[in-house]
Amino acid sequence: MAFLEIDELTVRLPQGRAARPILDGVSLRVGEGESVGLVGESGSGKSVACRSVLGLLPEGAAVSGAVRVGGRDVLGMRRAELRSLRAREVAMVFQDPRASVNPMRRVGDFLTEGLRAAGTAPAVAARRAVELLEAVGIRDPEGAMRRYPHHFSGGMLQRVVIAAALAGEPSLLLADEPTTALDVTTQAEVIAILTRLQAERGTGMLFVTHDLELAAAVCDRVYVMYAGRIVETQTAAGLFARPRHPYTAGLLASTPRLDPDAGPPKPIPGRPVSLAEAPTGCAFAARCAQVRPECLVEPPALVRADDAYAACFRVDEGIVT
Amino acid sequence: MARYFLARFLGLAMVLLATSFLVFSAIHLAPGDPVTFLLKGHPATPEAKAAVRAQYHLDDPFLSQYAQWLGDVCAGDFGRSVQFRQDVGALIASRLPTTLFLIGYAALLIVLAGVLLGIVAALRPGFVDRFVLIGTGVATATPSFVASIGLVSVFSVKLGWFPTFGGGQGFAGRVEHLTLPAVALAFTLSGLLARVTRSSMLDELAREHVEVARARGVAETDVVRRHVLRNALGPIVTVVGTMIAGLLVTTSIVETAFSVPGVGGLLVSSVNVKDFPVVQAVTLLTVAAFVLVNLVVDLLQPLVDPRLSPTGRGAS
Ligand SMILES: Nc1ncnc2c1ncn2[C@@H]1O[C@H](COP(=O)(O)OP(=O)(O)OP(=O)(O)O)[C@@H](O)[C@H]1O
Ligand SMILES: [Mg+2]
Repeated sequence: MAFLEIDELTVRLPQGRAARPILDGVSLRVGEGESVGLVGESGSGKSVACRSVLGLLPEGAAVSGAVRVGGRDVLGMRRAELRSLRAREVAMVFQDPRASVNPMRRVGDFLTEGLRAAGTAPAVAARRAVELLEAVGIRDPEGAMRRYPHHFSGGMLQRVVIAAALAGEPSLLLADEPTTALDVTTQAEVIAILTRLQAERGTGMLFVTHDLELAAAVCDRVYVMYAGRIVETQTAAGLFARPRHPYTAGLLASTPRLDPDAGPPKPIPGRPVSLAEAPTGCAFAARCAQVRPECLVEPPALVRADDAYAACFRVDEGIVT
Repeated sequence: MARYFLARFLGLAMVLLATSFLVFSAIHLAPGDPVTFLLKGHPATPEAKAAVRAQYHLDDPFLSQYAQWLGDVCAGDFGRSVQFRQDVGALIASRLPTTLFLIGYAALLIVLAGVLLGIVAALRPGFVDRFVLIGTGVATATPSFVASIGLVSVFSVKLGWFPTFGGGQGFAGRVEHLTLPAVALAFTLSGLLARVTRSSMLDELAREHVEVARARGVAETDVVRRHVLRNALGPIVTVVGTMIAGLLVTTSIVETAFSVPGVGGLLVSSVNVKDFPVVQAVTLLTVAAFVLVNLVVDLLQPLVDPRLSPTGRGAS
């Protein structure tokens, strides 16, 4: 049994606010200490999937399926259980550190808030916060505790956010595009700190990103998401060697590569399906070079192909790019 | 930091100087000969006229009159009231406690009612929110003199719960006499403050760090207190400051309506009989209090939002 299990999770906004579900039968596993990537274009539902693990769902949404953490059903949890889950077991790092931290409170208050909520004594929480600031490479951690967020650069603040996420010694870290808001060199530093601490502590991680290359560097396994569905999942290496879904292949082709033989990046034609559109067949069909008549009739199910799974009718034929 | 305070106090002094000049010129800009109303009620014999001209230095050049008057004011001497034949300073001092009590009482009501209603409306969307919005809409549209008339006719005349006039003695007496005037003053403004609080709370509720706090297992009451209300305080403090400053002026309407023996009522009656020394003194004091309230609000802002700290180092 994996530590995190999402089974057939469907999240649907109330009638009239969206034509298709935000998440449509999403299943996903993260084992203990495992790093798993979740990749997809903007609006595919990655953040909604992440938040559902903490029991945070869009207001008024109809939800079916299950989210289990350590075998316990999150969607059925009562308030006190949810609070303890959030404070102790699963922590999330959000995209923009500037927006994630209350600008009017001291960094020390931010760091200790989760621990205090879980009942840790103030002095113990403060000591732990200083240790973590040191671990994420912040100079003068005691001084940093008394400063305000606007005294920190974006990269430094994201380190603070990571420290805060690790404070409760969670078993699972949800990292929702933790470096998208940072500049490139800072990105590399923050990723290095994140992966080092995660490996040291044996924390599992669900790592959300737009960037397949980054996902492959950080993760053991990758899920590819399109329009609220998982369209492919396999090992990071396998994904690069042999993508099974045309969307994955398209994402790979559109990622700038360091490899000089790879050629210039080719963007995927068209744009992602919005919530207002509900195509009857495969949601990717309109942008797919390999589209066939049956693709437009009903959405393909996720099927096994060797060590990978892909939701494509032509998965056995291989992709011609 | 010291430089900042120095600059602010210099600014305060400049505003007061400019105001004093305007206030003083008003006596000369007002229609009619100052001598006529300075002599009100006395036979305008040439001797009397000459005596008044001498007493008020009316024959000196304008600027030297102003300098003379300003010097006296700085020494605490605002002259004598024409109407009451009494020292203006003493006259105001005897009425000031009532007015300050009234303004403090009204401010307390405004903050309590406004902030509470605003919080409730922001946290309970739907029926409660709509109910508060309609109620505060009506309150905001009701001028304080209308509220005064309504309150007097219902609670004093019909029900006889409160006296119709007077300022009261001692704390209990003051509360008894000043409750209706304070409610009349607070009525419009608490509606306004409720709306400001509500929208400021809604802005803050939508912030991502609020969601982050929830995602970390912080209890909802703590989220609201530490992240939403705490961050919503900026606009609330600013508006409350302006409201208290505004009360210094509106209090004269309500004091007149309830015959409260305060400074505001004194101002109105003095304007009516052109009792210039009193008008000048009260106006000057009002402006000084107005500027002072705003200064206090500005000094409070960095405590509310550390990003506004003049030293840029937070409120530490
Ligand atoms: N609370 C909500 N209420 C209504 N719609 C929502 C809510 N949260 C997300 N959505 C919608 O669900 C869809 C998926 O959003 P989500 O934030 O999960 O995308 P994402 O894959 O994380 O995209 P990005 O890469 O831009 O962060 C979007 O169309 C978004 O508008
Ligand atoms: Mg997102």
